[in-house]
Amino acid sequence: MLFKTIKKQDFFDVFLPDTQCIGPKKVGTNTNGKPIYQFLPFSSFDEIDLDYDTTEYSAKTYFLPYKETLSSFSFKDNDWTQEIKYRTRPRVIIGLHPCDINGLIKLDKVFEKTLFPNPYYITRRQNTFVVGIDCKEPCDGGFCSSVGANTVTHGFDLFLTDIGDRYFVKIGSDRAFNALQKIKTSEITKKDNEIYLQIRNKFEGSFEKTVHVENLPNLLDIEFESDVWRKWGEKCLSCGACAMVCPTCYCYGVTEHISMDFNKSDKIKQLYSCNLNDFAQVAGGHNFRPEPATRLKYRYYHQHRGFVESFGQPMCVGCNRCGRVCLAGINPTDVISDLQREQKR
Amino acid sequence: MKYLGIEPQKPKIAVFDFTGCEGCQLQLLNKEETLADFLSAVEIVCFREASSLCSDDYDIAIVEGAVSRNDEVKRLEKIRETAKVVVALGSCACFGGVNRLKNEFDLKAANKEVYGKDPKETINVRPVKDIIPVDIEIPGCPVSKAEVESLICHVVWDSPFQLPVYPVCVECKQRFTTCLFDIGQMCLGPITRAGCNAPCPAGGIGCWGCRGPAVEPNYKSFFAIVKEKGFSDIELKERLNFFGAFGEVNVS
Repeated sequence: MLFKTIKKQDFFDVFLPDTQCIGPKKVGTNTNGKPIYQFLPFSSFDEIDLDYDTTEYSAKTYFLPYKETLSSFSFKDNDWTQEIKYRTRPRVIIGLHPCDINGLIKLDKVFEKTLFPNPYYITRRQNTFVVGIDCKEPCDGGFCSSVGANTVTHGFDLFLTDIGDRYFVKIGSDRAFNALQKIKTSEITKKDNEIYLQIRNKFEGSFEKTVHVENLPNLLDIEFESDVWRKWGEKCLSCGACAMVCPTCYCYGVTEHISMDFNKSDKIKQLYSCNLNDFAQVAGGHNFRPEPATRLKYRYYHQHRGFVESFGQPMCVGCNRCGRVCLAGINPTDVISDLQREQKR
Repeated sequence: MKYLGIEPQKPKIAVFDFTGCEGCQLQLLNKEETLADFLSAVEIVCFREASSLCSDDYDIAIVEGAVSRNDEVKRLEKIRETAKVVVALGSCACFGGVNRLKNEFDLKAANKEVYGKDPKETINVRPVKDIIPVDIEIPGCPVSKAEVESLICHVVWDSPFQLPVYPVCVECKQRFTTCLFDIGQMCLGPITRAGCNAPCPAGGIGCWGCRGPAVEPNYKSFFAIVKEKGFSDIELKERLNFFGAFGEVNVS
């Protein structure tokens, strides 16, 4: 890894004015007076705030859109043609925290480094210049350090750490190295390293929420029939908000949309949630998971058991967006702690 | 053209208005970019907002509005006898709609309040399905034209017609809307059927439930949340009753 430092005010000169930029924008204030941020397109750097604590939504939608046309069919006479379009227009996303970049690394495993690579995802991922930035302090309920998602070593182009008047920069790609040629960068000094490590150590020691996930896949199997699922399931609204804001939930449904002149049809993919009522309903109408408690359980099983089996790590990055968005107060640290207490009893 | 061996139908459609504002009928004529195709996909034999002609020879009856008079009951029964498929269009037809608020009051007093010295014959407001069997319901105030188009595809091509089973929250999230509860407003989104694309919360107004309940909403948990957020039973009841879509759900 190459490290440099750059002056904060120089950093924004790296980007081309005609490339679409996405960053953390303040969109409002909640009832507790805290600012609400979202990753949104911006045209001027004073529209974004890189000191944001967390965003309401993850940046997932820029890689896995909530709705995406997979293919379009045109019918003519007794024949048909198919058209497939991939999004290739370059884009820059600035300000992703380590959790979100770790989320992308996990999605890479599912959609890129797999037997069946997904071209819709890959074209978006490869044409997106990712600039990450370290958090200044843990966000509300965030437990990224418990799932190893509080730091990141790859999966980005540039990664910044605020060290006062300058950024401590990790260069993660050739194109990032080239982009930095446009501005003045400085070599890392011994003092810079010290400041960087000091800031990071302080951050690592400031987590209030922790949860042990090491033996979680086995625990989940043992507690399959646990009352804990009923307890949280009774609260669950089955609204799917958790999966929508999650940086890694990628389950989806596909529907056919026929044009009103009946000459075209689109296959449209829509991100779905395993908590929604008909997620496990099959042809013929049988629903394998009719109760909210079962659906909630399987969300945790995919995140903390199934994904571990396939990829050796949990799917969850500990951002607690699901916990904050949940009106019913369901959050991973409480659910997992409940299960662990159950076992000790 | 045949598709998957299916011969397209050109069904005869009749549109009828009952107690309501006719806004849902207007929606049928909305969305100009596909209007010509929409109108040529079917044969409209009765639709007073589009044509003065009216015939009793139809396959599909689209019924807009609720029932609030005895003569409407008879008219509906006649429609059911004629039509192969009856579609209830909009919240009034599906649930009684805003008209149903009348049922909370003494009928005579309500009549006097509205018509003064010239009272009209009136009965308690009822949705279409209370009078005759309904084959397809498209809820909404007004209905979404996209769902109407999907219905047309269904009757022409026998393609599946299904309303989303999930609540409005999914659509809010998919368009980056900040949760209305986060900014101190009440919203029925978590228990209301999606399909509208959540325009009200996106415009800063909490959901009033015009599309009726999602499939198996968790009322108990939702009502507890609403109270915990500081809203009263009366506020909640008023909102649930507004479109009459939540029937006799007990808030306590």
